[in-house]
Amino acid sequence: MNKPIRRLSFIVALLFCALLISTTWIQFVKAQDLNSRPGNRRTLLDSYSRERGAILVDGSPVAKSVPTKDELKFVRTYPQAKLYSQITGYYSFTYGAGGGLEGAEDALLSGVSDKLFYRRVLDMVTGKVPSGASLELTINPKAQQAADKALGNQRGAVVALDPRTGAILAMVSHPQYDPATLSSHNLDAVTSAWKALNANPRRPAVNRAIAGDLYPPGSTFKLITAAAALSSGKFTEESQIPGPATLDLPLSTVNLPTDDLRPCGPGNKTSLTHALEISCNTAFGWLGLELGDDKLRAQAAKFGFGDALRVPMRVTPSTVPEQLNAPQTAQAAIGQYDVRVTPLQVAMVSAAIANKGIVMSPYLVKDTRNSSLDIIDQSQPDQLSQAITPDVAAALTRMMITVVRSGTGTGAQIHGMEVAGKTGTAQHAKGAAPHAWFTAFAPANDPRIAVAVVVEDGGNAGNEAFGGKVAGPIARKVIEAVLKP
Amino acid sequence: MPDHQGRGWHLRFIQPMSIVTSFRPRTRRNVELTLLLLGIAIVLVAYLNVGLAIDGAFPPDLVKYGLGLSVLAVGFHLVLRWRASYADPLMLPIATLLNGLGLVMIHRLDLAYVRTGSRLLAPKQLIWSTLAVLIAAGVIIVLRDHRQLRRFTFTAMALGLGMLLLPLMPGIGRSINGSRIWIGIGPMSFQPGEVAKILLVIFFAGYLVQTRDVLSLVGRRFLGIALPRGQDLGPILIAWLASVGVLVFEKDLGSSLMFFGVFVAMLYVATERRSWFAIGMTLFCAGSYVAYLLFGHVQTRVLLWLDPFSAKALTASDQLVKGLMGMAKGGLLGSGLGHGHPEFTYFPESDFIIPSFGEEIGLIGLFALLLLYVLLIERGLRTALGVRDGFGKLLAVGLSFSLALQCFVVVGGVTRVIPLTGLTMPFLSYGGSSLLANWSLVALLLRISDQARRPLPDAEELATAAAAHTQVVRRP
Repeated sequence: MNKPIRRLSFIVALLFCALLISTTWIQFVKAQDLNSRPGNRRTLLDSYSRERGAILVDGSPVAKSVPTKDELKFVRTYPQAKLYSQITGYYSFTYGAGGGLEGAEDALLSGVSDKLFYRRVLDMVTGKVPSGASLELTINPKAQQAADKALGNQRGAVVALDPRTGAILAMVSHPQYDPATLSSHNLDAVTSAWKALNANPRRPAVNRAIAGDLYPPGSTFKLITAAAALSSGKFTEESQIPGPATLDLPLSTVNLPTDDLRPCGPGNKTSLTHALEISCNTAFGWLGLELGDDKLRAQAAKFGFGDALRVPMRVTPSTVPEQLNAPQTAQAAIGQYDVRVTPLQVAMVSAAIANKGIVMSPYLVKDTRNSSLDIIDQSQPDQLSQAITPDVAAALTRMMITVVRSGTGTGAQIHGMEVAGKTGTAQHAKGAAPHAWFTAFAPANDPRIAVAVVVEDGGNAGNEAFGGKVAGPIARKVIEAVLKP
Repeated sequence: MPDHQGRGWHLRFIQPMSIVTSFRPRTRRNVELTLLLLGIAIVLVAYLNVGLAIDGAFPPDLVKYGLGLSVLAVGFHLVLRWRASYADPLMLPIATLLNGLGLVMIHRLDLAYVRTGSRLLAPKQLIWSTLAVLIAAGVIIVLRDHRQLRRFTFTAMALGLGMLLLPLMPGIGRSINGSRIWIGIGPMSFQPGEVAKILLVIFFAGYLVQTRDVLSLVGRRFLGIALPRGQDLGPILIAWLASVGVLVFEKDLGSSLMFFGVFVAMLYVATERRSWFAIGMTLFCAGSYVAYLLFGHVQTRVLLWLDPFSAKALTASDQLVKGLMGMAKGGLLGSGLGHGHPEFTYFPESDFIIPSFGEEIGLIGLFALLLLYVLLIERGLRTALGVRDGFGKLLAVGLSFSLALQCFVVVGGVTRVIPLTGLTMPFLSYGGSSLLANWSLVALLLRISDQARRPLPDAEELATAAAAHTQVVRRP
């Protein structure tokens, strides 16, 4: 029986070889892969033993790691509490990193990003304790504070951009929350804070500026309709177009009225400039029918609709629905029906008009720094698209100036400075007060800031809300914070 | 020619030598003692390591445990000197080392979970270890010759099958982790399959040594493979049905694979016919496939095995995934004992003790552990080669191979070579039934190895013995 016993020994050897291979596969070949899997608690714990990089605004931290004495060696703190909650997001032992830059740039902040490979090797050689990279933001703290204060206790969002670069100067979403409640090492308190946050019907965890349920843009979309009209070559700012008290919609029994139920000009006619100035629904509805939904959709896409942007947080793409029939097209042309936008997208439209038609990719991180705050990576402005020609941009700018000077947007006037803007009042549900919109850029002759403001359900003004009255002053305060010394 | 001359000279030289000095194998008991002390030293260093890593202090009970372990192991060693002086010198040190390291890991997990009082597992495991070693020593003392076991062939079968099916009895059968391989009486729970393993190997050995001639000589050849007769297929079919039954009713692929695999291997060794392997593999694969098609729990196991990271698999269980992540974190060198987080995985002290070790002592440490098992199994197979009687050979092969298959099923399960099943790692894992069974298994191997390595009494001794006590009587 000895021969089969020898053969059986060989089988035993094969079985154990399989085990040596499988353990090597897991602990050596695939180890890196398994370690970097989301939800790996060991890696998370490991990352708590390193100093996580800070998030800086104008050199001072809005999120930083502070040494502690417990098992998790560092605790994440947010010195400005709620002000930057949607930008920083949270860094929680239980719920991971998310909600903003903490999640989107986790690899850089925790120091495991491939971009830091060279530095990691250097740290290993010099015996330095590895730490994460810090991020300096493009945020202007004065604009951020002004936006936060002006929005007050109203739900809504404010986004401000530098139109020349795409740098995000302010990003506020109300209501806010304090990310420190999630980063605490008191895990029971964290669990109840997390539950409360997610159960809150006002949904503070959502960054309304770039994500969330998206808003109907209301009349701010008329900028896009006007851009499409001017770009088509068939219209100029002076073109006389129909502007009756109500516009009969084809294929439909309903018709489209103006806001005050009066014609927009003598003889039911109005110039394009005047139509934008007083935000004439019937004139723009007519323009939409005249241009067709394809033109509107194409113009919107040129401004960035449909693009999956990262700032570096993921931005929900804004949309103009496919397949619009005639009445729907007329509604879409004034920013109703199923057109949906983020405040960032609206700000990008203003910024593009301000920047001679060029849309710059929005970004939030100015540069990446190592633990001694030396810059290791700097963001370069990046052109996203050319939405309109410089001529069309100039015409639109002139039209937007009249809106603030003598139209619906007088609430955004600044003494000694020309502001170009557009209001919006977006119906979104039967019985609910409309969302108040305002988007603007300034100074009109040399734009350095573009803003979009949305106040949900008209804010404190409720049904009395008009974009210009509620959202206009907020935009003004943000512009003043940046431009007035 | 020089070549022929050389060879001739060589033969001439060797032959007289081998006649003059009859080779007498040494007992190697001192080697065993040295290795045993080395093994205990490793265990104590590991224990010290855990104490320093977790509490930052010299563990006060180190001396107590050190003495206890030494008394136990050296006591067993003395029993071997007394009753089995030619027994294999490696088995006891390896078993002691593995048992000791298992204890260290269980103790380390007690600390990680901040267990106290009656919930401490390490002291319980220590009591079971003591009991297991005492029973193993008892086996060595009582069982003077392994061939005595042949008398209990069918008793072993009845007891073994009974134990295997015991968990299915309503009232005492318990389902833990989805596998119904436990029995519980009050607070005690026990895996009878571990003991059934030994009993069934004894039965297989006894049965096959009787029937091997019929099974190996009769039959036809087909495609170059000698096939058995139809009526001789009975035993393998019964074993197959029993193993499929275990798979289906106790939901335990591991036990099923182990019992059937051991039976087929022993059948092969007994008959020297490779066709048994082909038949066995075909039957097992077919049975497993049918079970996969018919039973949801088998499908879940297969899903967890093939794609443990899929959302569907994760809703079923993330145990395997957590174990894999622990092992990955350990990497080549491991975190060091006491520095990892094996407690993140479920059952890190029993089914998942291998990932616990992988995380803390690394791939290198895990290789060392696996090689210890290889060495233990290799000594068992060597014993099978050396022992002279067929029953002893089959018994040693069966016991060694069952150990090998169990290691394969457990480690293969947690490293995704095969679907995960709920078996314990011999000697390392927490569990009384497992310790009792495996120490008894080693005791049996030691007993057989004593027989295998013991020199035959030479002619002179035999003559003296004959003259002293008996007379040669011619039969009428």
